[in-house]
Amino acid sequence: MRNVIELRSIVKTYDMGGVEAVHALQNVSLTIQSNEYLAIMGPSGSGKSTLMNIIGCLDTPTSGMYEFNGINVSEMDDNELAKIRNKEIGFVFQTFNLLARSDALHNVELPLIYAGVSATERRRRAKQTLEHVQLGDRIHHKPNELSGGQRQRVAVARALVTNPSIILADEPTGNLDTKTGKEIMKLIEDLHHQGNTIVLVTHEGYIAEHAHRIIHLLDGKVESDEKVLKRKTYTVPQVS
Amino acid sequence: MLYFLTELKEGLSISFRSIRANKMRSVLTTLGIIIGIWAVTVMATAIEGVNIAFDKSAEAFGTDVLYIQKFPWVSNEDWQTIRNRPNLKTHYADKIERHASLIEAVAPVVATRRRATYGNNAIEDPMISGTTNAYLFAAGVTLEDGRFFTEEESKGGRPVCAIGATVVENLFPREDPIGKTIRVAGHPYTVLGFFEKQGGLFGEFTSDTRIYIPLLSFQSHFGIGKHRHVTIQVRVADQESMEDAKMELEGIMRKVRRLSPGDRDNFNINQQELLTDTFDPISATIAAIGLFITGLSLLVGGVGIMNIMFMSVTERTKEIGIRKAIGAPKRTILLQFLIEAASLCVIGGVIGLFVAYVTSLIVDQFLPTSMPIVVVFIAIAISISVGVIAGFLPAYRAAKMDPVEALRHE
Repeated sequence: MRNVIELRSIVKTYDMGGVEAVHALQNVSLTIQSNEYLAIMGPSGSGKSTLMNIIGCLDTPTSGMYEFNGINVSEMDDNELAKIRNKEIGFVFQTFNLLARSDALHNVELPLIYAGVSATERRRRAKQTLEHVQLGDRIHHKPNELSGGQRQRVAVARALVTNPSIILADEPTGNLDTKTGKEIMKLIEDLHHQGNTIVLVTHEGYIAEHAHRIIHLLDGKVESDEKVLKRKTYTVPQVS
Repeated sequence: MLYFLTELKEGLSISFRSIRANKMRSVLTTLGIIIGIWAVTVMATAIEGVNIAFDKSAEAFGTDVLYIQKFPWVSNEDWQTIRNRPNLKTHYADKIERHASLIEAVAPVVATRRRATYGNNAIEDPMISGTTNAYLFAAGVTLEDGRFFTEEESKGGRPVCAIGATVVENLFPREDPIGKTIRVAGHPYTVLGFFEKQGGLFGEFTSDTRIYIPLLSFQSHFGIGKHRHVTIQVRVADQESMEDAKMELEGIMRKVRRLSPGDRDNFNINQQELLTDTFDPISATIAAIGLFITGLSLLVGGVGIMNIMFMSVTERTKEIGIRKAIGAPKRTILLQFLIEAASLCVIGGVIGLFVAYVTSLIVDQFLPTSMPIVVVFIAIAISISVGVIAGFLPAYRAAKMDPVEALRHE
């Protein structure tokens, strides 16, 4: 198994301009291998958002080493980080974060535009990915013409379309009802089965239980890192 | 390169979607640019029009015609000294004709204002110019129809005349003037021919409002006393040797006037160039001031664009965050907002140009205007520049946003 993400002694300190600095992450070390399904848990203020931002290359650590696919990203500039986010990371957000004025197809095409993929190729791949998430008949619908679950599927398609090294899902079911939430969790599960590396950030225990491994954060430190023995699953067990 | 084109296309489509989504705001913002471009273009058009009109009008004086006169057309000299110069005499023309070698024709001209009538039609005070048959060649004017008076008619002081286009319009609105007898201050004159319309800004000096009669007829009816101003009009043979001809004429005139080598000329040799030389810096100053003032309105328009772009960036913080998270580099975000600002300005510029064109057509009824194609290109270029300059700060702010902060924005 190959290491996709390797964090060593990551510290993130927010200088609040006041007397006391906020230590959001204190000496976090973590390795994620390819095709892992990992959940990061913790109460609010535990530093899980900060950790997700750093893993997602949206933010850089104050100190420590971050290697992504063996490349040191902790000292990259904004544009290099943008390139990593574009090519290697697929984001799925709690609030979907789709462009409201663009249809599903264009939303999914967006990362490919920034990747410099030609128009016809872009369209073909975006369509294919939307079909993959069962939205082949909704490609010209705008987000406000889609249900919450469908919106999140568009977001998943957008995350998938560049064929990233990891998919980073931040509370992907947080804005969905239980039934649609389950559908999305099943979709993520399927993606994992298809060989994708998944990092799930959540504070719901029953969501985290879908993962293979759960990391608990507390006060900016890794409190526990354990394998899930009895996984919850929505997929039909495969006959071997 | 390909990536840049894709970016440009994407930027354009984003900006048009955003402009459409905020119609009212876009229209109001664009209005500033419309007014700015309109003002600048109309000003440029008017200046260009006046310049062209001036040049065309100045041509009425003839580029190869010299006017020997008591006073200069344009001068910084002390009025006291030039006022006391002796008047010119009509017979100088004969001396010049005899001695000058570089000239085509020479004619003396005296003028007065008198009422002229034909039947019930009248023209209040046209210039009555007394001259010789040589005038036709000396002035380089063209007859529309008929003929000028002959040497015999000129020397015989016959009651004949040639009239300008405005005189024809006033006295013969529906008739052919040739062969008709008009009355100038009661004296009958038979019309031999009339001139082409010259138009332009200097109506007084063109043939349009003039009635040309033989010098001798002028003398007997209106008199050529010692206070009458005489102009000796000379057409040079070759425009290339204008300066030589001028020197030659100066020499002849000095001899005629019996001036000693140390004396200053007590006459002037005027030419069209004097007018253009004087007018050009004036028009350039007017143009500079005019364009500066109208440019201010464009500046205000640009400030409006900047303001709306700052608003747009703030409103779309979330969108910027999404785009950045998905991998848009700084440059792409910067370009996107620059394109949006430039699009607003170009739309404004095109509308402004169109309105300016319509305005210039209307203004053209009263004042000459001209919209050269280069003004169109300059106006569009200015619009794009205003957009890029006004859009830069807001776009830069968008480009350097922190994606984490931007995503958190609601």
